[in-house]
Amino acid sequence: MPIINDTIFFDEKAHGEALEKALKMSPHEVVLEIRESQLRGRGGAGFPTGTKWMLALSAQADKKFVVCNADEGEPGTFKDRVLLSEYTKLVLEGMVIAGYAIQAQKGFIYLRGEYAYLLEHLLNYLDRMRKENRLGENILGTNYSFDIEIRLGSGAYVCGEETALIESLEGHRGEARNRPPYPVNTGYLGYPTIVNNVETFACAYIVISKGAQWFAKYGTEKSKGMKLISVSGDCKKPGVYEVPFGIKIKELLELVGAEDTKAVQIGGASGLCIPMSEIERNISFEDVPTGGSVIIFNKSRNMLQVLRNFMEFFVEESCGQCTPCRVGNKKLLEGVEMLEKGICTHHYLNELIELGKTMQIASKCGLGQSSPNPFISIVTNFKDEIMSNYLGSGNGQ
Amino acid sequence: MIYPDKNVLVNEVDALVKKYGSGRESLLPILQDVQRKFGFISDFAMQEIAHRLDIHPVEVYGVVTFYSFLSTEPKGKYVIRLCKTISCELAGKEAVAKTLERELNLKFGETSKDRKFTLEYCHCIGMCDQGPAMLINEQVFTKLTPSKVIEIIDSLK
Repeated sequence: MPIINDTIFFDEKAHGEALEKALKMSPHEVVLEIRESQLRGRGGAGFPTGTKWMLALSAQADKKFVVCNADEGEPGTFKDRVLLSEYTKLVLEGMVIAGYAIQAQKGFIYLRGEYAYLLEHLLNYLDRMRKENRLGENILGTNYSFDIEIRLGSGAYVCGEETALIESLEGHRGEARNRPPYPVNTGYLGYPTIVNNVETFACAYIVISKGAQWFAKYGTEKSKGMKLISVSGDCKKPGVYEVPFGIKIKELLELVGAEDTKAVQIGGASGLCIPMSEIERNISFEDVPTGGSVIIFNKSRNMLQVLRNFMEFFVEESCGQCTPCRVGNKKLLEGVEMLEKGICTHHYLNELIELGKTMQIASKCGLGQSSPNPFISIVTNFKDEIMSNYLGSGNGQ
Repeated sequence: MIYPDKNVLVNEVDALVKKYGSGRESLLPILQDVQRKFGFISDFAMQEIAHRLDIHPVEVYGVVTFYSFLSTEPKGKYVIRLCKTISCELAGKEAVAKTLERELNLKFGETSKDRKFTLEYCHCIGMCDQGPAMLINEQVFTKLTPSKVIEIIDSLK
């Protein structure tokens, strides 16, 4: 495994000039390079970026769109904020490269409303790119033209789901669509559209600049490259860390100065709660996947309180469109309230876990499919604690 | 309810439709600008916008009520949104919340009678490494403590 100090994003010198390089290649070659790097989507789901771009490139249409998903709403994630504000070039030029690769004419940045303070910086940067002919008509003297528009979100977590995001861009409620058809065929206004995470565009920039082989040196067999991790909670040094995929949770805890740890929530509210007995597991798509959120809880923390916080989040953020998510999350939250009062039987708790498993299968979009994750993992891993919670002092009163 | 002067609103909607276009995809940017300028989106505004975009007012109402940053009720000049997600909660959100309620004499979800302050909770605002954090309109405040909150509120009063 490469040493941890080896960084890609956080080393300005490692960036190079990817845009010039990409425009000298054919769109097909750019997509092949991305595919060879085995880059997978950094938003959390891990869909192979090269495959997505290849599908969009081969789709026949008069218009195509590139969307940068900057609706970073997963609790505990803030790496995109750092990328957008401090590594703007990687993200925006990564978008131009993606546009060229699929032959799109227009890109959108869907910036969450909570990050509206980044808008001015991004608009200025886009203006600068237009002046330097890195955006707009005939980019760098080629016959390729592409422009980027920024759209603000308005405070809806579900809009981070790609089809909900497209609905929102089109001026509708952010309710997820049925898939298929996938956005690569029927996306924004019915045209082929790729939606990628902020970090994915930055990674694509680096793949083109340094080459697919170089990128694929890092990480594990099925998770290539480096990953940005946002660390918060009980540790000495919270912040954004760049680590290779495959890093053990234990190593990460040491890196960030976590002491007296009881559990680690990986993947945000929709992720898994890992107890200390499992910290030999690693962060990768094969083992514990994450879009970048790591929240650390020390021994003084009440896991039922943590679970309650997550379930309240999902009850409020469910769009209400499909029943498993709308009603299921409410039932799980009621279960948490019963646990607080000490009136939840073991039998009913198991029924709630079964309900959670049903929600994972039956919900329409990623929100409902992943919302039972914290419930199931916290209830399973900390059963004694939460079943006797009502006896203790921190019983959520 | 306090309605802004109807002419002012009509002119504003006209200007926004001119700026963003009259397609359905312009709806959110138009609503966001109306919200920013008037502090809420009135029934009249929804009807005007629907008329210009050639959609039913109910469609507009559906969108306004879906997004938590858009509102059908007047909001204060300063909308304070305190993050209640777990990292900020662990970092001491509760003391900050109590201070805000006490100093503003408001409960969460309320707007002051003079329409100066609205106090709300919001979910993760991506400041988890610097919590507790809050947004006041579009500005972010981090590493809050009760005394820091008092200072911020005083500077706005």
